[in-house]
Amino acid sequence: MSILVGKETRVLCQGITGQAGEFHTRGCLEYGTQVAAGCTPGKGGQEVAGVPVFDTVSEAVKQTGVNATMIFVPAPFTADAILEALDAGIEVIVAITEGVPVLDMVRVYEKVRQSNAVLIGPNCPGVITPEECKIGIMPGYIHRKGSVGVISRSGTLTYEAVWQLSNLGLGQSTCVGLGGDPIVGTSFVDLLKMFQQDTETEAILMMGEIGGTAEEEAAALVAEQIEKPVAAFIAGRTAPPGKRMGHAGAIISGGKGTAEEKVSALEAAGIVVAESPADMGAAVKRAMEQA
Amino acid sequence: MKIHEFQAKELLRAAGVAVLENQVCPSAPAAASAFEALGGEVAAVKAQIHAGGRGKGTLKEHPEQHGVQLVRSAEEAADVADRLLGCHLVTMQTGKAGQEVRQVLVEAGCAIARELYLGIVVDRSLASPVLMVSSAGGMEIEKVAAETPELIFKEAFDRDAGLDAYQARKLAAALELPATSMRSAVQFMQRLCRLFVEQDCSLVEINPLVVTEDGQLVALDAKMSFDDNALFRHKDLQELRDLAEEEPTEVQAGDAGLSFVKLDGNIGCLVNGAGLAMSTMDLIKLHGGEPANFLDVGGGANVKQVTEAFRILLSDHNVRAVLVNIFGGIMRCTTIASALLEAYESVGFNVPLVVRLEGTEVTEGRKILEESGVDIITANDLTDAAKKVVAAAE
Repeated sequence: MSILVGKETRVLCQGITGQAGEFHTRGCLEYGTQVAAGCTPGKGGQEVAGVPVFDTVSEAVKQTGVNATMIFVPAPFTADAILEALDAGIEVIVAITEGVPVLDMVRVYEKVRQSNAVLIGPNCPGVITPEECKIGIMPGYIHRKGSVGVISRSGTLTYEAVWQLSNLGLGQSTCVGLGGDPIVGTSFVDLLKMFQQDTETEAILMMGEIGGTAEEEAAALVAEQIEKPVAAFIAGRTAPPGKRMGHAGAIISGGKGTAEEKVSALEAAGIVVAESPADMGAAVKRAMEQA
Repeated sequence: MKIHEFQAKELLRAAGVAVLENQVCPSAPAAASAFEALGGEVAAVKAQIHAGGRGKGTLKEHPEQHGVQLVRSAEEAADVADRLLGCHLVTMQTGKAGQEVRQVLVEAGCAIARELYLGIVVDRSLASPVLMVSSAGGMEIEKVAAETPELIFKEAFDRDAGLDAYQARKLAAALELPATSMRSAVQFMQRLCRLFVEQDCSLVEINPLVVTEDGQLVALDAKMSFDDNALFRHKDLQELRDLAEEEPTEVQAGDAGLSFVKLDGNIGCLVNGAGLAMSTMDLIKLHGGEPANFLDVGGGANVKQVTEAFRILLSDHNVRAVLVNIFGGIMRCTTIASALLEAYESVGFNVPLVVRLEGTEVTEGRKILEESGVDIITANDLTDAAKKVVAAAE
């Protein structure tokens, strides 16, 4: 199994005629992902990297049967692109774009929640089920097929963790980048539930960061419902309050969202928390041995 | 993006939200004539800096002087303005150096019956804008939330429909406002919520929100900040930015497409990706060092950006060593290695440089660094890198 995406997933790229869209479409095709269609309004009929381009998402769905999408359109148009994918019945929507206005996401989030679709991102590296399907910008070669589910709010930190896991001989079932924005489509809680259900996943690694309360909510869920071993890392122990650390969502505001609060909530839920970012892979191993 | 109180109040006034008469003044004589023009017996002279806590804050040059003062004559207004202008106001949000006061706001007084708190933010868990009010006006809301959370009342509101009138009445009732204030309260709250959405705010805070003796709600203070990602659709707001209030190196980094935050330590770091950049700071601290900054060069950094990044790092005279931590994903280690060497040459390094490369084309990348003959300390993994840079900085 694995979650969200697999061998059968047929992928659309919205914004395929842009530089990033084309570059990463090629990267996904090379990895073996079935990228079956692209979409850029006004550019229907073209081909990019051998993939047919359509004017609308619903046309792409009708002609090619795509059921997942990766979005590379510029930030001012990302909300519209997500809503179009939703309207066309796409099941897994992955928004890579960084810089989407928060109030745009307020509207999108509500619509996504009313549907059966899953939105990953925005401002995320994407989703990968190793050796089956890569939707996003992560380097495919660092991943190994296996049984650790990976969830993270950031990109390169996820690569670092995956690399550590692969070097320890721990492959991954599916790796998901949630995105670094204040409002993202899918939370740790949503994915923990999916990994709990997934027969292929034996352990879970989650990487959080300062800002918001998503990690605390995840800790509460783990304490109550997750039976699989969980390890975690929280970035930003040294981050000063009131300063945005790169990600729009990574900010300690009003004394809330500190790393200390998150670490103690996770530990209280029985999660093995890596103190050093060099220790993320090993923390998963420890969590599995303890279980 | 943050703006000044006087700018926020102009936006409030334009939106039909009650504020007092005021004038922003760049000099002492201007403050005196502003007092005359307002025509009242009393006025407030308020230092205009972005940081909060101005009323309790004091001047670095005159520790007995606060950032907000009441005055009763034009002469007094000029005196206070004279002392504030050009001095540095130190508040709990400015750090020890304080922030230079370049303008003061002279504002009419009013007869205050009660002081309340009002704030609007986007609640991340609810994924919705939320209006919160509290009867504990003038206090830091964080403190109220921690000590007396029962004094805070919240209503989430629809982005497009705005705050419904019944929601405003509910909050007014919770604040125990009299029936005579109901109309003013509903109008005040609804208009403010609409303004929040229309201007893509990330924060609107009215603290204190006062109820006057005749029962009207008035914004005595106003703090607004905006979603940087939405500024592209607010050209008028972009003009309100005050670069003098921002850390110069952070502005310089922003212009180069780098994400940079200055800190107090002595180990500079250059990293790709925000999560890894934060983790690198943590790692330095874990091994006994102090990071001098957060710096994310992004996923596709080029020679120009890396050069600019080094320039910014080395312009901080506290920096004793620099750690470069790159996990090459889409960006190849060979690209970053070449960029590092070019930047190293052109910037002129005077402190030890520790480089840790991992990921795509790492072997070739390390080889480029080794064969260059440039004095770079290479590290094999994260822990090795942290230990080496902490040792180098000592």
